[in-house]
Amino acid sequence: MVDKKSKKIKVPRAKMPEQDPNLRRRNFDEVPLGLTPEMAILEASRCMQCKKPLCVEGCPVSVKIPEFIKLIAEGNFSGATKKLWETNALPAVCGRVCPQEDQCEGRCIVGKKGDPVAIGYLEKFAADWERKNGAGESPSVAEKTGKKVAVIGSGPSGLTVAGDLLLKGHEVTIFEAFHKPGGVLVYGIPEFRLPKEIVASEVAALEKMGANIECNSVVGASVTIDELFEEGYDAAYIGVGAGLPRFMNLAGENMIGIYSANEYLTRTNLMKGYLFPEYDTPIARGKNVVVLGAGNVAMDSARTAMRLGADSVKIVYRRSRDEMPARAEELHHAEQEGIEFVLLTNPTQFFGDENGRLTGMECLKMELGEPDDSGRRRPIPIEGSEYKFDCDLVVVSVGSNANPLLTNSTPGLALNRWGNIVANPETGKTSKRGVWAGGDIVTGAATVILAMGAGRAAATSMHDYLVLGW
Amino acid sequence: MAKIVAREEMAQGTIILNEIEASRISQKAKPGQFVILQADEKGERIPLTMADTNPEKGTITIIYMVVGKSTARFKNLKIGDDFYALIGPLGTPTHVEKVGKVVCVGGGTGIAVLHPIAQALKKAGNEVTTILGSRSYDLLIMEEQMRAASNHFHICTDDGSHGHHGFVTDVMKDILEKEDIDLVVAIGPIPMMKFCSLITKEKNVKTLVSLNPIMVDGTGMCGCCRVTIGNDTKFACVDGPEFDGHKVDFDELAKRLASYLDDEKKSLEAYEKCNTQ
Repeated sequence: MVDKKSKKIKVPRAKMPEQDPNLRRRNFDEVPLGLTPEMAILEASRCMQCKKPLCVEGCPVSVKIPEFIKLIAEGNFSGATKKLWETNALPAVCGRVCPQEDQCEGRCIVGKKGDPVAIGYLEKFAADWERKNGAGESPSVAEKTGKKVAVIGSGPSGLTVAGDLLLKGHEVTIFEAFHKPGGVLVYGIPEFRLPKEIVASEVAALEKMGANIECNSVVGASVTIDELFEEGYDAAYIGVGAGLPRFMNLAGENMIGIYSANEYLTRTNLMKGYLFPEYDTPIARGKNVVVLGAGNVAMDSARTAMRLGADSVKIVYRRSRDEMPARAEELHHAEQEGIEFVLLTNPTQFFGDENGRLTGMECLKMELGEPDDSGRRRPIPIEGSEYKFDCDLVVVSVGSNANPLLTNSTPGLALNRWGNIVANPETGKTSKRGVWAGGDIVTGAATVILAMGAGRAAATSMHDYLVLGW
Repeated sequence: MAKIVAREEMAQGTIILNEIEASRISQKAKPGQFVILQADEKGERIPLTMADTNPEKGTITIIYMVVGKSTARFKNLKIGDDFYALIGPLGTPTHVEKVGKVVCVGGGTGIAVLHPIAQALKKAGNEVTTILGSRSYDLLIMEEQMRAASNHFHICTDDGSHGHHGFVTDVMKDILEKEDIDLVVAIGPIPMMKFCSLITKEKNVKTLVSLNPIMVDGTGMCGCCRVTIGNDTKFACVDGPEFDGHKVDFDELAKRLASYLDDEKKSLEAYEKCNTQ
């Protein structure tokens, strides 16, 4: 008689089938191919259905993890998605982009003695299965409250607020500056990590629930928040993100061939520059590429450059491997695809030809000293260690700040000294009556799931306001 | 949404005027501001400064020269067609106040950009002298509207087909020598703005120019439109498009505008081939 508990631990963690690195480094198709139903059921059986699930504590939106996994183990994939919908508006997105190793999977009990349950793979599996085979259902909404909400920004935080408030019966209009909704999901995260068809599908589900989406609307330019209140909106949520690229202010940084990661990724992902000339927006196809920075955005930029035909792509980062902030899977995928990590190195200047086109750059070697306020060891330049090398494309991926376009035109909204909106960390309430905010515009550049968590918290607070008052 | 309600061809079909339905934008737009347009889902996003706005009618007017695939594509849009994307008003509006005597210099399609600014300056009580330039008289646009926005008016043509035979800078230099001018606004091709600024710098006359770098989003999130102003890097789409002409690095701007010359050529050739079949 086999002991049930020990049997669960003995089944190894599912290995995600992936596109071969040598093939995928030149195409924009999704890298993970997805678990098969058999693999998903087997992986789901590894979950110990803990009475006090630590995984749920690690989730910013408190997804009912053991419950949705149990439904997968029972073969009820549709039921698993409906369980996910109770707490997560965008499961197909989260399964792909959450840093599970730092959140749910990082706390999984099974992971203490072996590999954690592949919660991310299972979430992705359920959401994908429902999208392909489901009856096109969407969560049912409550009776209409007669209240109108303006959601500004259609990124992960705005979409979450919209979904939650629609469920509660409020009328929601989402205002998006770009011509396609999704925010960073559509302009920032590449096709090979998050297919745009999936984002469109999640957005369509919201529209089915009654969301009005007004693209090509720049709140702060063509209309102000105060005007929206005059037009009859009862509350507003600001989820405009951290869309102001940071440059390093080095000599030569304005040469042709030096891009901010925002520009490089927007041209490629939103404007589909990788399909030029079928799509009109061009994107430079560097052969010898350098990406400055080591976060997820830097990895996305580096892997994009490889797919655009580079012979060599280097990540140049001032600290060491251990301090690289990117998600584990991204670092792993980048290395597999042939991206070189040049660590303990910082750029000093860029060189170009007489037409202002980038031809090379100079870097300085670094060593690690005491930790700074981010907790990471401070990089210290090694004197006299400058060296030069050729490159024809540089992507500056060292973070983003708060874009002032909306905040500058919204009186009464308290900001911190970096231009981020000051909001109550539990409720998202701002200093302006009827206005909430969340995501990168409040915290500075962070993750999709944190933005969603902020949206979740704000929606709860906004609902209370709409039915009970300020 | 963003429907074309009026259309005109000027300068032998090389310059097109579109009046577009854009109620919210027309209520808010101020002189010097621009919009970003996209013809269809696969098109590029390009900036065009508004040549006029009509808040009562709820429309804005753009005037563009057909220079590449995107503007060639725009030219094929008829009355009743919608632009796929139109956002605005973007950019920092022109700072308009009564300073006294203003010289407005416009070249080519820069005249369209200059028009609302000249109008606003005249309305604010300034004495406006306008100098317009084009290669030949049949390529000159908005003559009547600019005359109406000015107290004094000059035309310059490269080929001498009308007015002064020569450059706008000749006439401007002349005026600066004879009169005490408080402000110069120069909008047109980069060499024109550059040389006007060099001349006014010597005479210490404040000069505003309107820059036209390549843009993608137009809201300050990508940095494509970055320009060097003095010792700083500014984004033309949010800090501009107008800047102090004496501080602009025009040479760098001209170089950056050539970033995609090869791709642009390929794109236009393919489009023209398709459209002549």
